[in-house]
Amino acid sequence: MRRPTRDRLVSLALLAPSVIVIAVFVYGFIAFSGYASLTRWDSLMPDFTFVGLRNYERLFAIPRFQIDLGNIVTFTGLFIPICLIVGFLLAVLLDQRVRGENLFRSIFLFPMAISAVVTGVAWRWMLDPGTAGGAHGVNALLDGAGLGFLKNGWYTDPAIGIKAVVIAAGWQMSGYAMAMYLAGLRSVPQELREAARIDGAGELGVYRHVVLPLLRPITLSAAIILGQIALNLFALVVSMTGPGPGFSTDVPALFMFETTFRASNFAQGAAIAMLMLVLVALLVVPYLIHTFRHEVRA
Amino acid sequence: MKRRLTGPRGLVGFLATAALAFAACGGAVTTTAPAVSAPAASAPAASAPAGEPKLEIFSWWTAGGEAEGLNAMFDVFKAQHSGVDIVNAAVAGGAGSNAKAVLATRLAGGDPPDAFQVHAGLEILTYSPDQYLQPLDDLYAAQGWDKVFPKDLLSLLKYNGHYWSVPVNIHRGNVLWYNKQIFADNGLTPPKTFDDFFKVADALKAKGITPYAFGNNGGWEDAFTFESVLLGSLGADGYKGLWTGATQWTDPRVAQALETYKKMATYANADHAALSWDGAAQLIVDGKAAMFIHGDWANGYFLSKGFAGYGWAPAPGTSGIFHVVSDAFALPKGAKDPQNAQAWLELAGSKAGQEAFNPKKGSICARTDCDQSLFGDYSKSAAADFASNALVPGTDAAANPKWITAYKDVVALFVSKGDVAAAQTALQQACVDAGVCK
Repeated sequence: MRRPTRDRLVSLALLAPSVIVIAVFVYGFIAFSGYASLTRWDSLMPDFTFVGLRNYERLFAIPRFQIDLGNIVTFTGLFIPICLIVGFLLAVLLDQRVRGENLFRSIFLFPMAISAVVTGVAWRWMLDPGTAGGAHGVNALLDGAGLGFLKNGWYTDPAIGIKAVVIAAGWQMSGYAMAMYLAGLRSVPQELREAARIDGAGELGVYRHVVLPLLRPITLSAAIILGQIALNLFALVVSMTGPGPGFSTDVPALFMFETTFRASNFAQGAAIAMLMLVLVALLVVPYLIHTFRHEVRA
Repeated sequence: MKRRLTGPRGLVGFLATAALAFAACGGAVTTTAPAVSAPAASAPAASAPAGEPKLEIFSWWTAGGEAEGLNAMFDVFKAQHSGVDIVNAAVAGGAGSNAKAVLATRLAGGDPPDAFQVHAGLEILTYSPDQYLQPLDDLYAAQGWDKVFPKDLLSLLKYNGHYWSVPVNIHRGNVLWYNKQIFADNGLTPPKTFDDFFKVADALKAKGITPYAFGNNGGWEDAFTFESVLLGSLGADGYKGLWTGATQWTDPRVAQALETYKKMATYANADHAALSWDGAAQLIVDGKAAMFIHGDWANGYFLSKGFAGYGWAPAPGTSGIFHVVSDAFALPKGAKDPQNAQAWLELAGSKAGQEAFNPKKGSICARTDCDQSLFGDYSKSAAADFASNALVPGTDAAANPKWITAYKDVVALFVSKGDVAAAQTALQQACVDAGVCK
C-alpha cells in the first residue's frame, strides 16, 4: 500500500470535522429518529420498548394524517408548476433587455429573501376574508374592482384550504425560479436562436424547439429544490393559517410538531418525520443518482 | 454588448444553496420562541443571602392582565423577600402553546426553572411528575391549604396520591354570555337547557339575528366549547367518568352531545372559521350575535372594551356545575434555588398572593376566603358558584397530553365534517389509546 502523501493527510484532516459533525448531527439523528419511531416513547420520559411498526399502522389510520398527505400532494402539485411557469414568464420578459432590468430582477427576487413567517403573517392579513361587516385585503380589492363575485373565504374555506397557502408560497418562490431561468436564458447561445430563425422558426418556435430543451436541466434542478421546500412546508402554514378548519391547511410537518412537542408523543412524531423523509427521498434520490451518473460519464 | 449575469452554473449553484438555507431557517423560526428573560429590578447583590440570590419563574403570561397579575405577585414577593433577583422566564403563546414545548425541553435537559406554570390537574403528566417534579404534600399540610381550597379542587390536583402543583387562580369554562339588549328587545330569557337554547335560537333566527357567536380559528375552541356540551349532556359525574373510564365514549349521551353540537353550529355566524374567540366575543359587544358559550376570560375581554351590556348564565344544562380551568405552579426536581421556589409557591397559594394576582388577571381565587370587595360583579357570582357547585376538570386537567391532542383533533374534524358515528368511534379509540378505556 502506498504511503499517503502529505497533501492527502492535510485534506483528510480538514474534511474530518465536517464529516464527523454531519455524520452525528444529520445521519446519526436520522437513525435515532428511525429507531425512536419503532418504540413506545409517548411521554416526556423515554421508553424504548420495541413495538415494531405499530406507530406507522396507527398513523395511517388517523384521519388528520390522511388529510395531511392529501394536502401536501395538492400543495406540491400546484406550487412547483406555478413557480416554474410564473418564474419562466418573468425571466422571458426580463430577458428582453428591458430598461431597469436590475431593479425588476431585485423586486421579483426579494420575496425569497423574506422569512416565511413574515410572508405568512402578511398573507394572513391579505387573504383574511373579513367578517360580515366588511371585506378586508384581497376581498376588498376585488370588491373595489367590481369583481365582488370572486370574493371568497380563502384559507378559512375548507374547499380552498391549502390552495390559499399556494398563493403565498408561489408569490415567495416564483422569483427564485425566475433567477434560475434568467441565468439559463442568458446562456443559450445567440447563434442557435439565429440558426433557428434562419430555418424559418417563429419566435414561439425558437422558444419551443431551442430554448426550452436547453433549459431542461434548470427546470429539473429548480423543481427538485422547490419540491423539497414544498414537502417540508411548516413555517408558512404555522404563521398564516394553522391547521385550518377540518385540517384543510394542515401539513405533515405541523402535525409532526404538535404530536412531538404538544402531545409529547415522541415515537409517533418520529414516525411522521421518517415518512416525510421518505417523501423527500422519493423526489431527491432519483435526481442525485441521475446527476451522479452524468458526473461519472463526464 | 451583451450583459450577462455571472456564469449560469455559479448562479444556479448559489441560488440552490440559498434556497436550501432559506428552507432550513424558515423551518426553525416559530418552533422555539426565545424565552423572554427580563430580570426584574434587582436589589443590590450585597443584601442577597449568599448562594441563592435568584428566583426563576417560568410561565406563558406575557401580555395584558395576565402579565400585570404576575408582576403584582412579584411585587408582593419582593416586599417579603428583599434581595432576591426574580427572573421572569415567560414564553409568549396562548394557553402555553409554545411554553410547554420549551419547558419540556428544559426539564429533559436538566435545566429546570425554579417554578413553572401548569394547568392544575393532570397536565403535570406532560412533565413525567415521578421523574421531574417534587410532590408538595408537606407544603399543603404546613399551609393548611386542604382547608381553604374546595374538596373537588383538591381531588383534581392529586395524582398518585400526591399534590404536585399549587393553584393560583380559577377560570370557569361553561359560561353562556349573552347580549342583554337583544334578549330584552325580543322578550327572551337566557336558556337553561339545550331545548331552550334552540327555541331561543329559532326565535332570534326568525328575526334575522345571528343567535350564536362562535370562533374556531385558534384550533382549540372546537374542543373547548364541546366540553360544555358534553357536561350538559352527561352531567358532572358522567362527564368526569369519561376521563377516568367510568363512562365509555360509546355512551349514547356522547352521541347526543355530538348531535347537539352539530345543530348548534347551524346557528353560528358563517365566518366562524375566520374568527378566534375574541372575534366571536366582539360579535356580542357589537350586538351582531346574541349568545356565546366560552370561558370567563371573555369577561375580561368585555370589560376591556368598556362593554357593560352583557349577561351571563351557566352554559345550557350545566347549572350547578363549574368547569374549572386553573393555573398553578409546580416545583421541578433540581430547581437551582429551592428555598426561593418554596417561598414562591407559598405566596401563590396564599391569600395575599391570590388577592394581588386575580383582580388583575380577571379570574377568581382558588381559595374560598378571598376579600370579595376586590372583585367585579361577574367574579363575585363566579366565586359563589365555585364554593358551592360540583367542580369538574377541563381536558387539560383531566387527561394526559397525548389523549388531549387526539381528542382535540377528533372534535376539530367533527366540526368541519359533522360525522357523528365516526367522531364517536374516534373519541373512544383515543380513550383506548390512552389506556383508560378498554
